Amino acid sequence: MKKIILTLSHLKKNYQEDSGETKAIEDISLEVEEGKFISIVGPSGCGKSTLLSILANLEVASGGTYTFEKPSVRIAYMLQKDSLFPWRTILDNCLLGLELRNELTEENRNYVLHLLKTYGLADFIDKYPNSLSGGMRQRVALIRTLAIHPDILLLDEPFSALDAMTRVALAEDVYNMIKKEGKTVLMVTHDIGEAVSLSDKIVVLTKRPSTVKKIYDIHLTGKSTPIKNRKCKEFSEYYDAIWRDLDVHI
Amino acid sequence: MYTYSQEHKKYLKRKRKDKWIIISCQILILIFFLLLWEVAAHYQWINTFLSSSPSLIVKTFSSLLANNDLFTHIGVTLYETVVSFGIATILGLIISILLWWCPRIAKIADPYLTVLNSLPKVALGPLIIIWVGASTNSIIFMALLISIFVSIMNIYHDFVETDRHYIILLKSLGAKKRDIFFKAVLPANISNIINNLKINISMAFIGVIMGELLVSKKGLGYLIMYGSQVFNINLVISSVFILGILSFSFYYLICLLEKIIQKKNC
Ligand SMILES: Nc1ncnc2c1ncn2[C@@H]1O[C@H](COP(=O)(O)OP(=O)(O)O)[C@@H](O)[C@H]1O
Ligand SMILES: [Mg+2]
Repeated sequence: MKKIILTLSHLKKNYQEDSGETKAIEDISLEVEEGKFISIVGPSGCGKSTLLSILANLEVASGGTYTFEKPSVRIAYMLQKDSLFPWRTILDNCLLGLELRNELTEENRNYVLHLLKTYGLADFIDKYPNSLSGGMRQRVALIRTLAIHPDILLLDEPFSALDAMTRVALAEDVYNMIKKEGKTVLMVTHDIGEAVSLSDKIVVLTKRPSTVKKIYDIHLTGKSTPIKNRKCKEFSEYYDAIWRDLDVHI
Repeated sequence: MYTYSQEHKKYLKRKRKDKWIIISCQILILIFFLLLWEVAAHYQWINTFLSSSPSLIVKTFSSLLANNDLFTHIGVTLYETVVSFGIATILGLIISILLWWCPRIAKIADPYLTVLNSLPKVALGPLIIIWVGASTNSIIFMALLISIFVSIMNIYHDFVETDRHYIILLKSLGAKKRDIFFKAVLPANISNIINNLKINISMAFIGVIMGELLVSKKGLGYLIMYGSQVFNINLVISSVFILGILSFSFYYLICLLEKIIQKKNC
């Protein structure tokens, strides 16, 4: 049975500045189903990050509503920049969210340690972030977000600071990690291939001020992991369709 | 465990050698300079009445030591410096935190801080003496005035310039202002705060000596002033020399503190 855990209804956002008003989001309505991986693509500057920061409670919407099915919903927000604190060890970085919520129990701590060990960071638990590669840092950032047991993960271009190879490999890892932990994900990306290979649903936005242009339910024959998904026969159809939607002019 | 290659060992050896050469040269330059000074004085190429000589300075030292005055003077200067440095540092930090915490207060205070900071505080010397009186307190107050505004402006600006992403991250994890300060702003600025200590200590010395030159009965600044009035160049140079050692020691202590903190953190 489908369970909708987040509903956006006619969400709107204008930024107010001395120099005037920037209309970022015109009207976005969307339903997010539990346990699904949803990607948001759109031209740059169309308000994708804005959308996530409203949901993360960092910005206030100018109009419309968004409602979580559960009032006590836990949201975790992961940005493109990992922002690991250089003065904290990897473990302490991952415990940051728990610390802030006063939830630093033995059990939670063990969960974080378990994640670090499972995802290849066992040797770095007591090291500082400057000893990690870009891909590892991003993995730590993800564990930091998972540590608080979120119901929904908001990912804002989580891989875009990485080189192409690391990017694909990490997307694979992160996907497995998220699926295994059974999380709902809302991910912003500008990489169409990434969106098609990872998502259950893709939301295409128009350019600023954005509205929903199209929503794709992704059905791949023999769907498995992101890298393999790229070989499915529907992959390129979705890819081309979304490419046309985005209407990229060079 | 790390195993060092032969090449790395060579590199370390070269570095050590380099360090020794530098330190030896530094010491040699000092010895050479002192010798030259002494020789020039001995053969009367220079007038010792105006430029003293190392041996005369040593003599002055021992006579100062003999009548026990030297330590009183050093003590007074040290006391004034440490107190004004301490107050400037703590007060500077507290006010910077306040300004960071309430951006509106920061905006209101901005023009006043700018004016107070750019005003040459020496000009306030006579005024302070009239208000606070010719005492140790007025010297401390003067030194405090000299360092506190720079201190506030520097630390506040560092606070405000804390990486925005750290703050967004904390907010997304549900942090309150207090958490943002203690988890990101303060730890991110430890090295800036220590750098500020270095500025503060030299400012405190400047302020204290200035105050002592203007008004005092004790302290190294007083010795310098007194020495120049009675044309005792030996006394003046000895005092300057001690002052140099004192300020260098403080600077060194702060650098030591910096190293300890850095080691703890990385
Ligand atoms: N804090 C802000 N203040 C004013 N304008 C902003 C702010 N953040 C974003 N904008 C503007 O809103 C629009 C959407 O930005 P953003 O959501 O970052 O786009 P995207 O993530 O899709 O590239 C852009 O035109 C941007 O300049
Ligand atoms: Mg963005």
